[in-house]
Amino acid sequence: MTGLVLSVRDVHKRFPGVKALDGVDLEVQAGEVHALLGENGAGKSTLLKILSGAQRWDRGEAALNAVPLDPNASPRDRQRLGLITIYQEFNLLPFMSIAENLFLGREPTRRGFIDWRTLHDNARALLASIGLDVDPRREVRHLSVAHQQMVEIGRAVAQQAKLIVMDEPTAALSGREVEILHGVMRELKARGASFIYVTHRLDEVKQVCDSYTVLRDGRFVARGQVSDVQIRDLVNLMVGRDVEFAKLVRRTRPGAALLAVQGVSRARDLSGRHAMALQDLSIDIRAGEILGFAGLVGAGRTELARIIFGADRCDRGVLYLSGAQMSPLRSPKEAIRAGFALVPEDRKQQGCFLEQSITHNITLPSLKRISRWGIFVDEAKERQLVDTYQAALSIKMANPTVAIGTLSGGNQQKVLLARCMALKPKVLIVDEPTRGIDIGAKSEVHQLLSSMAESGIALIIISSEMSEVLALSDRIVVFREGRISGTLDAQDASEAKLMQLMAISAAATERAAG
Amino acid sequence: MSGDLVGWLRRYGTSLFLVALIVFFGLENSRFLSIRNVTNILTEVSIYGIIAVGMTFVILTAGVDLAVGSLLAFAGMAGAYAMRALGADYTLSWLVAMSTATAVGALVGYLQGKTVTLFNVPPFIVTLGGLTIWRGATLILNDGSPISGFDASYRWWGTGAIAGIPVPVLIFALVVAMGFITQRYTRYGRYIYAVGGNPEAARLNGLDVPAIITSVYLIVGALAGLAGFLLSARLGAAEAVGGVGYELRVIASVVIGGASLAGGRGGVGGTIIGALLIGVLTNGLVIMHVSSYWQQIVIGLIIVAAVAFDTYAKSRR
Repeated sequence: MTGLVLSVRDVHKRFPGVKALDGVDLEVQAGEVHALLGENGAGKSTLLKILSGAQRWDRGEAALNAVPLDPNASPRDRQRLGLITIYQEFNLLPFMSIAENLFLGREPTRRGFIDWRTLHDNARALLASIGLDVDPRREVRHLSVAHQQMVEIGRAVAQQAKLIVMDEPTAALSGREVEILHGVMRELKARGASFIYVTHRLDEVKQVCDSYTVLRDGRFVARGQVSDVQIRDLVNLMVGRDVEFAKLVRRTRPGAALLAVQGVSRARDLSGRHAMALQDLSIDIRAGEILGFAGLVGAGRTELARIIFGADRCDRGVLYLSGAQMSPLRSPKEAIRAGFALVPEDRKQQGCFLEQSITHNITLPSLKRISRWGIFVDEAKERQLVDTYQAALSIKMANPTVAIGTLSGGNQQKVLLARCMALKPKVLIVDEPTRGIDIGAKSEVHQLLSSMAESGIALIIISSEMSEVLALSDRIVVFREGRISGTLDAQDASEAKLMQLMAISAAATERAAG
Repeated sequence: MSGDLVGWLRRYGTSLFLVALIVFFGLENSRFLSIRNVTNILTEVSIYGIIAVGMTFVILTAGVDLAVGSLLAFAGMAGAYAMRALGADYTLSWLVAMSTATAVGALVGYLQGKTVTLFNVPPFIVTLGGLTIWRGATLILNDGSPISGFDASYRWWGTGAIAGIPVPVLIFALVVAMGFITQRYTRYGRYIYAVGGNPEAARLNGLDVPAIITSVYLIVGALAGLAGFLLSARLGAAEAVGGVGYELRVIASVVIGGASLAGGRGGVGGTIIGALLIGVLTNGLVIMHVSSYWQQIVIGLIIVAAVAFDTYAKSRR
């Protein structure tokens, strides 16, 4: 079976202040599994939402089986056309039975009433066809994540899906469950269904996908056949090398050992919140040093940083701060008191108070220090604090009373850095320091981070951009599937070495060895 | 409508509407602006306005407290009960009642806040339970009958005046001033806005989010207790049916005043306008001999209209 099932051409989508999609192409052939790849923020989610009908696009064309898609169509319309999207959070009704979920809105009826016997027979037949051996009368909430996913797929089959879009379907699945899922996908593929498969696990692309499309910064980057490409080439395409940052030379050398983290482990969480187990992660960092965290999204770099900062829990692990042993921090409050600061990964969701003024955003965690009797904010001191860091970080703004939401991404990021600097931290963790900000602001932020290290702060920099990690770090820790796969000194590090440590899956290595 | 006009109306529309209502009722009936009537309106507004100041903080954290009307009755009854238990007709009997009512209100508020944060129960549910629990507790406390027989110093808190201004109005003014200072000048005020605006970011900035959320329920509870004392002083009796339906007036004041139920936006200033608007409307309609059945419909329509306009204005930005 051949022919184009889906074609998307030059699609654009703007959100206030952001170009989410800036000319994206996508082609899916009949009877193939097509991998849609890209780092976080590359535009994958937006593209999926556009395809599912959850959002409309501004410009460009899309067609399903050569019939143009209406940009304004609702998710229901798209489903009727056979374009079914399965999100990470399933759209199942937990308190209804499997059979009811499978045929929701299309229940067989007799004289206007639901024909339960036929419904259950049909459900049983459908479940058997996708190799799922469960009683269709069970309530969905009692099923495991993997089985719920199967029910979602079953529902897609029941709707005569032509194209099934799956958003990170394996994020919460174990190895065995992944294999079962892939088996079902191959089976359905053989019957002519097509898939779009979004994943961060690149070894799966090799296992189950036929072709791929890579997006970066909302743009189409490349497409091709999976058989013609190496995993490391895909990483390369995803991460991009169009911006080469100059290696920043610092005037100071790293000083005394400041922080050591040893043996941090955390079991995989079946609810899917912590999909990847963390195994025996240890790092150490000296004052005035920049330690880079490299790795793919979900490999453990942000996860470890959040544990160090007390934002998430771990099962095991020890911290040594300036030589003194302490148990892992239980809250960001404790962490800040101990001299840590964090610029989080998602600026808008985790960092900014968008409706609040720049001043309030900068001083929030420092208020205790600038309040009389710990109660009344001393506005003179507050203004002084804001002025100091506005100048030091050259934040461009009309005045500090405007809402932070009105600033550009680069300036918002500087405000968050100013907030951390005002705490005078010993250890500063910056997760994706330059995501979504323009090139000029990026190198400014790099200069700032470098001078913070010169002032004696220990920095942990997490980034998906390898050139950024290489430009800033003294040493680089590479994460892969919940483990540390290597630590490199800056002078020995190169993109090729990083990629090698990042990309090749431990599972794949084991298989090769076995 | 042009964008500027919409923005301007969003900001000043409620105040404008309030002024328009006052002018309208004033022209319709000369009694409306008489000193006696104005005093009456203000005293009426003060009782639930005091609670509305606390409710502003609760709603700023994206919460709600439906129990305030029942809590007002319970705390007011508890205050009168404690006063009577210590004997009759002694000096400072009012102080016993006032401090007991406020403390009971604060304690109940604290418990409700703890339930919200500790067990992760939505505030709507916890305080919906509270709404019936504390009404029931009030009835049990004195077998459903009122407690009366307060001395003159007790009654003064509800009926007295200083320089012609009723005491409840003065207390309302004091509470508003404290609420405004808290919101505008204190660390705690900033924390409330932060928790309401973005709880995850607040946590990552080292704020003790559960403690802050618990505290706003404690505050609104204490203020409901204080209002319960004032109402009993005004009526000369602590009644089991006191404050029925107050939760709606209080929440309506905050919402008409421009606060967002999603948290992070609003303020004490807007709440006062909202409380006055409801007070003026209720009183004006009575003076115009509009039946109390219709009053309810009018107030309901205004709540919906105020929020609908706010949402419309927001969507246009």
